[in-house]
Amino acid sequence: MTPETVMAGERRAAFDHLRLEGVTRRFGSAVALSELDLRIEGGEFLALLGPSGCGKSTALNCLAGLLPLSAGSIWLDGERIDGLPPERRGFGMVFQNYALFPHLSVRRNVAFGLSVRRVGKAEIRRRVDEALALVELTEHAGKLPGQLSGGQQQRVAIARAVVLRPRLVLMDEPLSNLDAKLRVQMRTEIRRMHQDLGLTTVYVTHDQEEALALADRLVVLRAGKVEQIGTPEEVYTYPSSTYIAGFMGYRNLLGLPAVTTENGRVVVGEGAFRLTGVPQERVSGPRAVAAVRPEDFRRAGPGDRNTLDVRVEVSEFHGREVAAEGVTEGGHVIHFRLPERVAPGERIELAVPVERVLVFAGTGAGTRAGTGARTGEAAGPADAAGPEEA
Amino acid sequence: MAVDTERTTPGTPRAPRRTGGLRHRLAERGVDRVLLLLVPALLVVILLFLYPMMYGVGLSLQPQKGGGMLANYRAFFDDPYQRDTIWKTLRLALPAALINVGVSVPIAYRLRGRFRGRRALTAILVLPVTLGTVLVADGLLRYLGPKGWFNRILLDLGLVDQPVRLIYNYWGVLFSLIITGFPFAFLLVLAYMSGIDPTLERAAATLGAGPWQRMRRILLPLLAPGLATTFVLAFVLAFSVFPSANLVGEPADETRVMAIAAYQSAFEKYDYSMASTIAVLMGAFELLVISVTLLVRGRLYTGPSAGGKGA
Amino acid sequence: MSIARSHPASRAASHRRGLPAGRLGSWITWGCVAFFLFNLAALILSVVVNSFGTSWFAGWLPQGFTTAWYSDAWSEFALGEVLQTTLAVTLAVVALSLLLGVPAAYALARRDFPGKRVVLLLLLLPVLLPPITYGIPLATVLYKFHLAGTMTGVVAANLVPALPFVVLVMTPFVEQIDTNVESAARMCGARTRQVFTRVLVPLLLPGILAAGILVLVRTVAMFELTFLVADADSQTLIVALYSAAFTPGIRAAQAIDAMAVIYMALSAVLLIIALVFVNPTQIVTQVREATAE
Repeated sequence: MTPETVMAGERRAAFDHLRLEGVTRRFGSAVALSELDLRIEGGEFLALLGPSGCGKSTALNCLAGLLPLSAGSIWLDGERIDGLPPERRGFGMVFQNYALFPHLSVRRNVAFGLSVRRVGKAEIRRRVDEALALVELTEHAGKLPGQLSGGQQQRVAIARAVVLRPRLVLMDEPLSNLDAKLRVQMRTEIRRMHQDLGLTTVYVTHDQEEALALADRLVVLRAGKVEQIGTPEEVYTYPSSTYIAGFMGYRNLLGLPAVTTENGRVVVGEGAFRLTGVPQERVSGPRAVAAVRPEDFRRAGPGDRNTLDVRVEVSEFHGREVAAEGVTEGGHVIHFRLPERVAPGERIELAVPVERVLVFAGTGAGTRAGTGARTGEAAGPADAAGPEEA
Repeated sequence: MAVDTERTTPGTPRAPRRTGGLRHRLAERGVDRVLLLLVPALLVVILLFLYPMMYGVGLSLQPQKGGGMLANYRAFFDDPYQRDTIWKTLRLALPAALINVGVSVPIAYRLRGRFRGRRALTAILVLPVTLGTVLVADGLLRYLGPKGWFNRILLDLGLVDQPVRLIYNYWGVLFSLIITGFPFAFLLVLAYMSGIDPTLERAAATLGAGPWQRMRRILLPLLAPGLATTFVLAFVLAFSVFPSANLVGEPADETRVMAIAAYQSAFEKYDYSMASTIAVLMGAFELLVISVTLLVRGRLYTGPSAGGKGA
Repeated sequence: MSIARSHPASRAASHRRGLPAGRLGSWITWGCVAFFLFNLAALILSVVVNSFGTSWFAGWLPQGFTTAWYSDAWSEFALGEVLQTTLAVTLAVVALSLLLGVPAAYALARRDFPGKRVVLLLLLLPVLLPPITYGIPLATVLYKFHLAGTMTGVVAANLVPALPFVVLVMTPFVEQIDTNVESAARMCGARTRQVFTRVLVPLLLPGILAAGILVLVRTVAMFELTFLVADADSQTLIVALYSAAFTPGIRAAQAIDAMAVIYMALSAVLLIIALVFVNPTQIVTQVREATAE
């Protein structure tokens, strides 16, 4: 497969930038998307990330033209496009459930967009062949979508979107219906295609691992509003809120009073329990939240400063490491990972680097973050495989 | 195109925070150009159904013989020959509907599972519905007539000495209503019955419920809404009996149903006003039965399957 | 209502046999069914036998057999013309109801709008109310506009139950189609018309076929409306049959039965065609869907 030579003509992005200004979408009185301002550079891979109901799919559908905006505007370079119907925007889209035309063969699915544009027969044949070769489905060209596996259907959906050489490719959780192994494999394929074909891609997902792996830039949404925009490294290492921290695998969100703040360090704790960390925002008052990722803990050795004592309650073997749960004297549950097995009931001392304890102002956000933590947990062991401290 | 109106709006080149106000707000409520597809069909129904109904109501309030708005209605209820049609119609429709639904339940209960020939049986049962009342009435004239096979069987078996009179009276019409109405009711009940998860009954059985208790406490409550619907449809179907009342009944007396009275007013006496009055009364009566039954059905509906879809 | 939902897919639904039940109950059940079917068959056979009989005074069978009644009936009742009218009316009703009904079903399936319940009720009533109820006012109006007695009038009258019927049958079929498939077509550059012709219509074809055949069967069997609106030149077969049967003595009973057999044959052919494409229960039970609202 040599896509570079196949579609070498399209390596450059079709536009300079796409701009969303105050894009808002209401459903009745509910605001699904509120005043979204965003600039997407040509050639960029942008991921919209957030749990279900955060407005990411709404944003994508507004961008596609499938949902009219309640307010705001969308500009492609100098042209305003939010009034255009989807068929005249020249974007491609890959749907979560693939949305293949069930009555058409794979070949005719891919050819559909070209044929409604009255492209010549020979040209259609050539481009469809290219696209099918790109997704390695040439030998399945005559089959109906119902005869294909999920992964193959997914490839057809991608080929169908890409064959039109769209200015922008929109992907709506395209991997969420695949099993874990295939998901990782297809993820690489999508990223490779993005680079090789010089596409501009907006990718919607609720899976932070997927977003981190694929995107040049992440937009984390929460309740219809932007919570943080940044590169995967920025968002992962320096989440701007406990919400994002929870989402990014910071499973330990400890609601603790701030004791002292000095020299860019903050000490939180109660009773004998003390933890020093880096304040991410102005921390004052009795409530603060310390966010720590399980894999940043290690067993304390001599000379370690930032330590805490826990009693192990549960430990699970995860292959390379052991994920364990312990309780501090004060009743705080601590999730941590160790290279070796620990027995329930055992008392151990854990240490964590000061710069890996992120302290946020705790304004009752702890409960919200708790749900985020559960979402982050779904990625499981892969947390460690993320671009840690890149 | 609505799309273009927005783009060509001058003077708003940059970031107007609220665009296309009304159109967007309507679209959010589901009102957009797609609804135009509904217009032709709706127009036909309004012109050919709603308007004639309204016209009929209006006409019924303008008696040909004068005497005030309600003179027709008064005349209908004062004249025993007209008034009795209500009773005669009910006397046919109510037993027919009750028999059709009542007999359907136990039979559908037996046949609800999969069995060989189910499709064939349903196909055969659909036949009388497809053939329609006229043909069934014609067949009854032959089959139940004094020289027909039915009387012949009874005579040869020695059950009767004289041929039994079964046509040109009440019984002929009732039979025709059962022959066309029973398959209709049965197939509906069967469909409803098949929709009930059979494991529910097995669960009840493991909890110690006997067959009768399972039927009474599990099946019937779940079936009740469906039965109510079936009853309404069966009743309304029987209530509007017309061709068979003329063909196998005694249209001058015993089976002079409301439909016949309305027809005679319109096409024999050319009193369209009176005909409309009777039609309105028929419609009102049917709607009354429908609403009452649906109201009762609403009460029966207690299971979690209630309103699963929502319009 | 769950069964109502499974409408087009009901064939796929699998149900195990219920609990074992008493043998006596089984016998009674099957006895009832057999009794009903026996009488039904005898009824139909009476008509068929009589239509071939020379004369039938007493006894189990007529004195002799002949096919003469068929040619008699054909010429006496002008069946050639009647069949032509029946065909023309039926096809027009099928075509019009599909043409107007399918787009309407699409709009109803895809949009929730204020007043939708009113629209549904308006579509439900003509299907729910017996034709004779609204037939008389409808005939009155059609007479007023001099449409009664014409083919146009007959088609218009038959459209009243047929069109809402198509809408109600088609709506669940449309609902089954994933909206994303339409969105995908749009994203591929298809305009509204192309979305309809290239994606929706092919996907809806089974439903359209089913609805069309059901309307066909129902229109051929529709007595009341045609009877109230048609005159001698625009009557369909079922009305001709009624007129003949209502005036016994004028025509020979055997000739009337010959016409009845021709009508039965027509219905049987349509029914067989219908059974190939639709679940037999659908012919009866379309209303479930609607009343479930």
